[in-house]
Amino acid sequence: MTDAAIVLEQVAKRFGDVQALDGLDLTVPAGTVYGLLGPNGAGKTTAVRVLTTLTRPDAGHARVLGLDVVDRPEEVRAVIGLAGQYAAVDANLTGRENLRLMGRLTHLPRAAIAERAAELLERFELTDAADRPSRTYSGGMRRRLDLAAALVHRPPVLFLDEPTTGLDPHSRRELWSIIGELVREGTTLLLTTQYLEEADRLAGRVAVIDGGRVIAEGTSAELKSQMATTVLALAFHEPAAAARAAELVTPLATAPALVEGTDVEVAVDDGAQTLVEALRLLDRAGLVVASVALREPSLDDVFLALTGHRAAPTGDDRPSADHSELALTGRKPR
Amino acid sequence: MTATTTPAPLGALVRRRTALGRLRWAISDAAALTGRNLLTYVRLPQLVVFSTIQPIMFVLIFRYVFGGAIQVPGASFVDYLMPGIFVQSVAFGAVGTGIGLAEDMGKGLIERFRSLPMARSSVLAGRTLADLVRNVFVVFLMVVVGFLVGFRVGTGPLAFLAGILLLLAFGYALSWIFALVGLGASNAETAQAAAFPTLFPLVFASSAFVPVETMPGWLQAFAANQPVSVTVDAARALMTGGPTTAAVLQSLAWTVGMLVVFAPLAVRRYRRAT
Repeated sequence: MTDAAIVLEQVAKRFGDVQALDGLDLTVPAGTVYGLLGPNGAGKTTAVRVLTTLTRPDAGHARVLGLDVVDRPEEVRAVIGLAGQYAAVDANLTGRENLRLMGRLTHLPRAAIAERAAELLERFELTDAADRPSRTYSGGMRRRLDLAAALVHRPPVLFLDEPTTGLDPHSRRELWSIIGELVREGTTLLLTTQYLEEADRLAGRVAVIDGGRVIAEGTSAELKSQMATTVLALAFHEPAAAARAAELVTPLATAPALVEGTDVEVAVDDGAQTLVEALRLLDRAGLVVASVALREPSLDDVFLALTGHRAAPTGDDRPSADHSELALTGRKPR
Repeated sequence: MTATTTPAPLGALVRRRTALGRLRWAISDAAALTGRNLLTYVRLPQLVVFSTIQPIMFVLIFRYVFGGAIQVPGASFVDYLMPGIFVQSVAFGAVGTGIGLAEDMGKGLIERFRSLPMARSSVLAGRTLADLVRNVFVVFLMVVVGFLVGFRVGTGPLAFLAGILLLLAFGYALSWIFALVGLGASNAETAQAAAFPTLFPLVFASSAFVPVETMPGWLQAFAANQPVSVTVDAARALMTGGPTTAAVLQSLAWTVGMLVVFAPLAVRRYRRAT
């Protein structure tokens, strides 16, 4: 019991018609990074809001370092740090002023505040911009400041709600490396994300949630091994060819092929052999293949296998293209 | 490398607080946020400039455009007008409380504050106190403008000061009403839009600019007894002469009443986890 930093037991929360959390169970061991993975509306943010005392659960129990969030919210607030989806820093204050304000509001000794602020600015590479109003910061800088603000009082438990949503790939990697360092220093971290790559990269264990409950849990290697298959990825020059190819290769696959524009992805059992057969079929049908690849299943494939639908982020929030993220843009299978 | 983010020992973070310790933290939190809000006014002086230009325009319009046509019993119109302008300034200033809170909510700052080990009253206390300081500045400016256009105190400096304090207290109480409005609004524009329809009848169907006796009978009953009129009458009596006791007591009663009702409501609204 003492080893678990964060515990959720059968937590339920309803907003009007929406059952945001539906008996969510979760245990995060102290000093580990735990990824909460799911699409928009899966209940990730609600889970974080319950754990950070911002939302009262309708049912179930939630504890942080053994402190019940409903019974002892003030003590919970003293041991947690929260950095959210939207960088919640005061745009009119400078970076330094923002951190000092956090120092005062978390009741650090007055004498220690200035030093702590300077230390964090240095560490998050914001020293040069420290005395500029934060409204002049770039998106990545604001996120770093937001994260620094959550760390001012050295909380042993940190919640990051979609820390890199909306950031460009460069800023994301920068933030990832900072988060990686935090973890090495013993902070317990619960991270929500809709980026499978992010969970894979940062989190030791991952819970996949959908409809407000955990549908799979384990290390990302364990989750991937639940699908003992390979993914055959084909690309064509035009969508019509891709659609026709999907029909042709589906009989070779373990599940119907997915088409996204000119790309076709299909889960197969025996990668190399199926690849040869698929190419033979396509060639015989006169379809010109633009590119072909076999790859390990990604967490996205796992998500698809578990839920029957893809983790589809909406709008422009999705990360700009890396190959591993291409799969994220998919629609529901037909 | 120094381990700058190594978590602090639990005991240092989770301290059982005595009642006195809590009070000290509540005051310190409120002071920190008051400072932060005032810094915003310094960084964005347009927020203060806009809230002073409007009353200055009113002074000029009423003094030089409408003033000649308005007869007031037993006093020059500018002496009659200025206490009304002072009250109008603090009343419109109170709307800023709601707008500021709605803005902070929209930016996610209130969420962050709510996740911190802060006193639950401090965000609202810090907001309303900063707006009180801003009102002090605005009223000071309006007093200067008043003297420039011919306003003269007919009583004494102490009575004048009492009038100023009375209307500042009234403005502070109004701030809590608009704090409640602001916490319920989805953004700053909504907060503003929700505030003015309530405020306009109170400010204009009042004794601030014209004697209530000139209004139609059905309106007089409202205009003579509503809180803005009562406060204007009290401030006017304290500044330019006339019987003070009844009006001052009524105004204080409104101020205390509004605080007692709306401050707890606003704090409750702030606390309520959604």
